[in-house]
Amino acid sequence: MEAAAFYDLDGTLCRTNLVHAFAYNARNQQGLWRSVTRMTSTVASIPLFLAADMFNRRLFNDIFFRRYRGESEDRLRYLAQELFDTVIQPSIYPGAYQLIDKSRRLGLRQVLVTGALDITAGPLVRHLELDDAVTNHLEFVDGKATGRLLPPVMAAATKASWIRVYAEKEGLNLTECYSYSDSMSDLPMLSVVGHPTAVNPDFRLRNTALQHDWPILDLR
Amino acid sequence: MNKREAKPLRGPVPRHKEDDQVVYIDSNSAPRIVFSGTELLSEDLPIGTRVVYAKPPIEGLANPGAAVRYALNHPLDSDPLYAQLSPGMRVTIAVDDISLPLPPMTTPDIRQIVLEIVLDLLDANGVDDVHIIVANSLHRRMTDAEIKRMVGKKIFDAFHPDRLYNHDAEDPDGMVPLGKTDHNEPVNINRRAVESDLVIYVNINLVPMDGGHKSVAVGLCDYESVRVHHSPDTILACDGYMDPARSMLNTKIVRQGRLVDQHMNVFHIETTINNRMFANPTKFLGENEDEFSEVDRLKFEGLRWTLAKLPETARRKMFEQIPSPYQMIACHAGKADPVHERIVAKGFEQYMVKVKGQSDIVIFPIPYVSPYNINSILNPILLQVMGLGYFHNFYRGKPVLRKGGALILCHPGYDEFDHAFHPSYIEFFHRLLPETRDATTLQHKYEEEFARNPSYIEMYRRGNAYHGAHPFFMWYWGENGRQHAGKVILAGAKNAHVPAIMGWDRSESLTEAIAMARSFVGPSASITMMKWPPIVMADVE
Repeated sequence: MEAAAFYDLDGTLCRTNLVHAFAYNARNQQGLWRSVTRMTSTVASIPLFLAADMFNRRLFNDIFFRRYRGESEDRLRYLAQELFDTVIQPSIYPGAYQLIDKSRRLGLRQVLVTGALDITAGPLVRHLELDDAVTNHLEFVDGKATGRLLPPVMAAATKASWIRVYAEKEGLNLTECYSYSDSMSDLPMLSVVGHPTAVNPDFRLRNTALQHDWPILDLR
Repeated sequence: MNKREAKPLRGPVPRHKEDDQVVYIDSNSAPRIVFSGTELLSEDLPIGTRVVYAKPPIEGLANPGAAVRYALNHPLDSDPLYAQLSPGMRVTIAVDDISLPLPPMTTPDIRQIVLEIVLDLLDANGVDDVHIIVANSLHRRMTDAEIKRMVGKKIFDAFHPDRLYNHDAEDPDGMVPLGKTDHNEPVNINRRAVESDLVIYVNINLVPMDGGHKSVAVGLCDYESVRVHHSPDTILACDGYMDPARSMLNTKIVRQGRLVDQHMNVFHIETTINNRMFANPTKFLGENEDEFSEVDRLKFEGLRWTLAKLPETARRKMFEQIPSPYQMIACHAGKADPVHERIVAKGFEQYMVKVKGQSDIVIFPIPYVSPYNINSILNPILLQVMGLGYFHNFYRGKPVLRKGGALILCHPGYDEFDHAFHPSYIEFFHRLLPETRDATTLQHKYEEEFARNPSYIEMYRRGNAYHGAHPFFMWYWGENGRQHAGKVILAGAKNAHVPAIMGWDRSESLTEAIAMARSFVGPSASITMMKWPPIVMADVE
């Protein structure tokens, strides 16, 4: 029976997070005034994002992705490759390449399971030559973002249930599968496979990993 | 005014003994000090019990630096080192890792002494393309602080990190296949070493199985090369690991070493040390209790009282702070075989004690340290490898325990693991051992999975974790002891599940363990206690 390795993205394979991508788009608005106001507003919201993320990842998503309201789909797609080249690629941990390489040699399918947007994650998936990816998708109406995410929203337990369904559909043995994440919010995703690994973990995940005797890996 | 006459201190009491190293317990014998992890027990052993002590340390060389220089200038089967050097050549120096010696020695470490002399020589001959590699094989990477302590600040500052680093057996670009032996055994070696004009190996021999061809063929190799000899069938084909002539492990490593010699120019510098594991104020720990002075007894009681009051972690930290004042007793250089032959002979001179006959019951005190848990925890797998792997095999001729006898290991057997150093051990112990303890089944069913686990590989490469396959090798290492002993009892076990998972019996105390062992082998059973540490090996007649 086949198996797969499931990777979270932000903080696990690279240093960046959702806010970096949004800030890049905010900084590159059409018009200087628009860029300045968007950036100022983004920076001012960081404490709110942090508080929301500590409380609940779903709440964070609701608040955070609302910021995309009114963004043009064309513009986001236009900036995606540039965002990858200038922000995301340099922030990929060197160890991430080695980890994926070893994992691929083991015959594992390489799958990204991330709360990042499809537009943002696309170039990275191609760069790392991953086999599959599941991401979040912004809702667009008449080419403009509504600030809402299309379901299923990839976060916390949804990632785990997506992995379960994916494994069933693809005939994967979850006991043989690996998953990698840096965040306590991904505990369900780590718990659903036979070989969970905490990567660059935050304090809460580190303690949980120690209690469960999971490997703790530092790719930084 | 009358002075009160001082009461004389109690002096040594003569006891029945074959020689200074083999003592029999009688009705007047003092209790024996028994290491049980980080605790010290004071045990009254049954009358007639034979206690085997280590030999006193051989006097160290007065001038180790001079001995090293003499060895470099008068090598065996090789040109002197200076004659092999020329400006512009590429040289790699490989050094033994932190697993040797045990516990780590006081500074300056012997490796530092040798390195300073060798580096001066290289510099004087215009050799500046020099790398120093810690030959850690599949062991954990040494930390920067550990490397600095080992090589000294001067060398560390000059070479680290670009030219002084740990070997990486999982670096896809860092290993080179040298080919296969005539028995189809692969040999893959560190690229930098293979592509060097000269490799200088700096070794410390603690026990006879260290050094020789093992230095390069194992220290700088990868998993594919190690699994050739770290396997259940190889271990079972060994009659002890310490006598090279009777060890299949050594035979296979020599085959790989010969292939290394065909492709690489290796200059071996081997040293060996005495067994001066303890010095004041803990010198008494290595001595015969019947000959303790009152001051020794006081020191022991004080130490025992202190240890009893401390938590386990504090006890461990305390012992980790006590390095051993080992001294160099021999140094030879040149080709692997003649050099190692002389070094092994010196090691036997230090460690071998003549013992008449085997015993029905043998007691092994298991201390807090093994080659694989320096600055860390002796977990249950390592406890197993110390008892059934190393100590059982510390013999020449035949084991101290008769086949089918009862083996008593003194250790609390805590279910405690170091997550940074031994991550794969945890899964091995909790997931695999409850399913099977059969070494061959474990090898065929799970070894590859652990060895290829990407998380374990990256933890080995980027962190300080032992390779994913290492707990398997440790388990195989104990296979001889497991097959030989009729029963293993963990005396003083603090829990029931560790001995149960290991397949051992447990007892609350050593006295109870001896009673259990007697009920297994018979009431008139002969008993021997090997008084470790320091290291002693039995030359069983």
